[in-house]
Amino acid sequence: MLVHIAQRLVQSIIVMLVVALVAFALFQFVGDPINALVGQDTSQAAREALRHSLGLDSPIPLQFLRWVGRAVQGEFGLSYQLARPVGQLILEKMPATLELSFTAALLALAIGVPMGVYTGLRRESWLSRVFLAGSLVGVSLPTFLIGILLILVFAVWLRWLPSFGRGGVVQLGWWSTGFLTLDGWRSLLMPAITLALYQLTLTMRLVRAEMLEVMRTDYIKFARARGLTDRAVNFGHALRNTLVPVVTVVGLQLGQLIAFAIITETVFQWPGMGLMFIQAVAFADIPVMSAYLVLVAFFFVVINLAVDLLYYLIDPRLRLGAEAASGRG
Amino acid sequence: MADRAVSHPGFWRRLFDGDLAWSFRHSPVAMVSALVAAAIILGAVFAGLVAPHNPFDLSTVSLLDALDPPSWMEGGTADFLLGTDSQGRDMLSAILFGSRISLLVGALSVVFAVTLGVAAGLLAGWLGGAVDAVIMRLADVQLSFPAILVALLIDGVARTALPHDVQDRIAVWVLVISIGLSGWVQFARTVRGSVLVERNKEYVQAARIIGVAPARILVGHVLPNVLTPVLVIATIYLANAIITEATLSFLGVGVPPTQPSLGTLIRVGNSFLFSGEWWITLFPAATLAALILSVNLLGDWVRDALNPRLN
Repeated sequence: MLVHIAQRLVQSIIVMLVVALVAFALFQFVGDPINALVGQDTSQAAREALRHSLGLDSPIPLQFLRWVGRAVQGEFGLSYQLARPVGQLILEKMPATLELSFTAALLALAIGVPMGVYTGLRRESWLSRVFLAGSLVGVSLPTFLIGILLILVFAVWLRWLPSFGRGGVVQLGWWSTGFLTLDGWRSLLMPAITLALYQLTLTMRLVRAEMLEVMRTDYIKFARARGLTDRAVNFGHALRNTLVPVVTVVGLQLGQLIAFAIITETVFQWPGMGLMFIQAVAFADIPVMSAYLVLVAFFFVVINLAVDLLYYLIDPRLRLGAEAASGRG
Repeated sequence: MADRAVSHPGFWRRLFDGDLAWSFRHSPVAMVSALVAAAIILGAVFAGLVAPHNPFDLSTVSLLDALDPPSWMEGGTADFLLGTDSQGRDMLSAILFGSRISLLVGALSVVFAVTLGVAAGLLAGWLGGAVDAVIMRLADVQLSFPAILVALLIDGVARTALPHDVQDRIAVWVLVISIGLSGWVQFARTVRGSVLVERNKEYVQAARIIGVAPARILVGHVLPNVLTPVLVIATIYLANAIITEATLSFLGVGVPPTQPSLGTLIRVGNSFLFSGEWWITLFPAATLAALILSVNLLGDWVRDALNPRLN
């Protein structure tokens, strides 16, 4: 168990270092920063002095170490595009992305689990067929298409909902929230549904498959034989047993949500980190890009590590079998 | 080479004469999807012949035709069946040429991902030891990131690293490499698993004993026997690759507007949504949806047909 955690930890650190190396390497492509800082008639000696004072004459590995050291403290330099500290920009954009992802995750769970239970229990009903056919469409259609369709119907044709931005936000310290105004909720609705749809269909299909699996076991038959109500059997016994894999997958999906938020945020011009990254790519704003790379990798590594540990805590079989089946998981 | 020539027709004959063809004739979903996919693919491949206009020939494009609605609406002309965009380009022709780029990038990405993944899987499964450990660790790590994010990050980094003047020219290749690199893992894992099973079978031992070179056993004997699952995953992955390309192009980091794919067309049309010119977005979007859905359904059918146990 301990060995496994240590292995995972080492692996996570290696991943972070590789991502940091890529992020750092980006800076090597933009030419000599000294040329950008000084005038044309600056003497060679003055250039060298500046180079030395900025630490740009030290070996690349040392520069990389310094960069990592500053990155750990959240310092990524100034954005080329906005001339503001990147750390500050990210702190500003993070609430928008987190609120969107969180709402989407809740939506996916709150709708996906009941739909999965229903389709798992009533396999043959017409509503189950409709849900399943719908889920195929949900998995197949790209996120941005769904967003555009929603905008076309609800913002352009029906004019019910705003099509871009966060609406009214309230500042709570450094955290800006859209949860406290009606306008904020109206703006959140379409992006959250767009982002949730893929996870929703995935959750539904997963719960359905697990329910079908569990309902076949003797344990359910015995529960029936004991005369328990349908409700107790379906929810207390069956659904409960499906929750371990569901929690794992949904946990891992949180990372997916952050990734897909890039697309949703672009479609709805939602002022979050994803939109910031896409704009940074278009402007070759390297400090912002590198900070985003490191941050997203960090999110993923933490989420994966947490889910991995959770898995081991929840399922004792894994703990016992880890040594015996060492190697492939 | 001789034994490869014998084994390949056997594989394809088995595939098309046998259960697969039967299952196809008995699956209406597969037939309809095949029809839709074939229509889009043929239209795209022969875009130069089929398309009523050439949207890239500036001498035939007139700004006077800009923003014409589809022909059945008021103000539409029979000349432009699906309307025109803001530069007076025929939407139907733009969609046909756009599908060509989408399919090209999708297909090349699949080829790249399959080549890379199968090679890595063969090596990992055959050599074992440190090679296996490194390749599979790498696969594990990459699998923990969503493929579309990997493709987006590789693409974004490559765009920053490359000088501006070459960017547009090689955008297609950058995309193919980004999408391919994001998708090799599942092929590598599947192939590795199959190779681990195959390597201990008698025909491999026999080949070894009569002195066939290891590389030749691997490519000539083992490879054909592990390709069926690869075919299944590749079909499903094609839909994913097309989605990824469309998404990156929609985000503005894919193919440039000078050679628009379906994703680029949707991106461009998106800005006309509010002024009422919905056809500029909706028709490319519908084409993309139909293409992805039909390829996906075909992939599901191939999987079920080749794997009766999974049903």
